[in-house]
Order: sequence, then structure tokens, then C-alpha cells
Amino acid sequence: MADQEHHEHIVQPGTYLAIILTLLVLTGLTVGAAYVNLGRLNIVVALAIAVLKATLVVLFFMHAKFSPKRTQLVIIAGIFWLAILLFMTLSDYASRIDYRGVRFPMTQNVRIAGPSRG
Amino acid sequence: MHRTGALYGQFKTLEQQKDTASLGMWIFLVTEVMFFGGIMLAYTINRHTYFHAFAMGSNTLSLTLGGFNTVVLLASSFTMAMGVWSAQVGKKDLLKMFLSLTILLGFVFFGVKYVEYAQKFHHHLVPGKSFDITYCVNNPSKCEDIGAEELEVERKEVDAAMQADPDLNAHAQLYYSAYFGMTGLHALHMVIGAGLLFWLLKNSFAGIYTPEWNTPVDIVGLYWHFVDIVWIFLFPLLYLIDRHK
Repeated sequence: MADQEHHEHIVQPGTYLAIILTLLVLTGLTVGAAYVNLGRLNIVVALAIAVLKATLVVLFFMHAKFSPKRTQLVIIAGIFWLAILLFMTLSDYASRIDYRGVRFPMTQNVRIAGPSRG
Repeated sequence: MHRTGALYGQFKTLEQQKDTASLGMWIFLVTEVMFFGGIMLAYTINRHTYFHAFAMGSNTLSLTLGGFNTVVLLASSFTMAMGVWSAQVGKKDLLKMFLSLTILLGFVFFGVKYVEYAQKFHHHLVPGKSFDITYCVNNPSKCEDIGAEELEVERKEVDAAMQADPDLNAHAQLYYSAYFGMTGLHALHMVIGAGLLFWLLKNSFAGIYTPEWNTPVDIVGLYWHFVDIVWIFLFPLLYLIDRHK
């Protein structure tokens, strides 16, 4: 099995230093971006930077880049499972008309025509 | 008795044994991802529903303290990673130093969090009977830690948010419930992490971690980095809503 030939890869301090500096720059960037009015894109930019930071931490600080394929598969499966949770729930909320006949989000208070439900 | 570095019967090599331990830790971390993921999802839905109140709540957080804590936590992840490296190359003194630094940075984080929480108590921003999102705006003398200029901005924000959401106080309370729930759970994970780090430090003084066997350092490292990742998401979600004014 190829796995038995896997040898521990030691990530060097230089790599860690480059990663932490990148993470700090990205933190500055995300704070800066929050003060720019991008409308709906503000949250997209903030989360994109967060995902990028998390990816760097997982790949290098947590050595996922150098882990056996089996471990990498578990990580990817976990993220995929999270995506299912987020996608299915959010699409449900986005298309739901609740028991009072009110469409989400409720602050808009749009009553959908028709007999009241529930 | 601690059988440091012993090869257990079910494994062929120490390498395989270590990979298995790390795989097990990752499976645990995946359950943690689902745990925090579910909470963040609930937060997102509420934030979407009560956007004005959540933006108002977010703007009452201190970006200076939150940003500072983000830097502290990222730095602690770096020192943890350096600790793992020290153990892998057998630099025992460096290992002790980096573990101590990681613990120290963890406690700096707790200290700042304490200051933040205390501030919220003083400003009547803790969910419950006395919760009042307009407290500082209406009682400037009680909130002297907020500058007059900043308070003026806050007054305008409160007025605008009241217009958009008549039930602002209740919904802002929801934001603060999420804030304390999420940061509290994160802090709880850090307390557990700090406990594990103390245990590693104790063992490293006994000198049991060698280049051949340092699995616990590696595994606790994974946990510590995971807690860092949770904060990487909490920071923009909680502190950075609608900051542009």
C-alpha cells in the first residue's frame, strides 16, 4: 500500500512565518474592507477572506497538505457535509412561506395572498 | 503508566500509529465543524431576518478589542505550530518556550475577552431584564469609555435602526444572545485547549517528547488551530456587520 510509504513531512519555520504574516495581512484586509460600502458584497468579501484564512491554517498549520490521502478525504467529506447543512437549510428558508403565510425574511412582512395556513 | 512511543500491536509502524491518531482527531474536529457550523447557520438566518438590529448590535462591539484578539489568536496558532516543529526536530527547550508562549497568548485573549464582557455588562448589553440597546445613547454619563463623537454616531444609528425595526431592542437582544453564546462556546474551547497545553508543558518538562514520538503535541496542535479557525469566522460575522457609515 502506498500509504505505508508515507513519511512524516516536517513543515519548516520559514513556511509557518510566511503563513502567519499572510494571515495578519488578510486580517487587516478584512477590517479595511468592512469600512468600504460594497452593499450586499460586504459579507461575501468578509467570508471569502475568512475561508482563505481558514484554508491556509488547515493546509499548513494543521499539515493537511502533507497528510495521508485518507485524512484529506475525511477533511473534504466534513466540509462537504457542512455545505449540505448550509445549502439545504438556507434554500429552505429562502423559499419558505411560514405557517402565518408570511414570507422569509419576516421584517419585510409580506403577506402572501390566499387562505391563512395553520 | 505512559508508554511513550511504544508501538501498539494493531499497528505496523509508528508512522501508521501516528497517522491513525491524527485521523481520529480529524474525525472529532469534523463533528466540531458541524457543531459550530450549525450555530453559525442559525446566526446567519437571524442576521438576515433582523439585519438592522444585528448591524446595530455589531456596531456596539469594540473593533479595536476584537481585532487585537484576532491578532493574538493568530499569533498563538503560529507559536503552537512552532511548538510542533520544535518537538519534531527534538528541540526540547524551544518546545517548552513555544508551549508557554501559546498559553500566554491564550490568556491575553481571555483578558481582553474579560474586558469586553465587562464593558457589555456596564453598557446594559447583556440579554435579560436590563438589556437596553439605547442605554449609552440615553445615559452618556454612564458610558464614559465611549467617546462623545462615537456616541453621537451611535445615536444616529439607533434612530435610523428604530425607524427600520420598531422592535429593535428585542432583536438587538437576540444579536447579543448569539454574541455571548458563540464567543462563550469559543472561549470554553479555549479553556479546554489551555488545559491541554498545560498538560503538554508539564510533560515537556519531563522531556518525554522526542522526534520519534510527539503525537500529543501534534494532536493538541490540531485542536488549537481548529479553535483559531472558529474565531477566524466569528470575527467577521460578529464584529464586521455594516461598519461602513
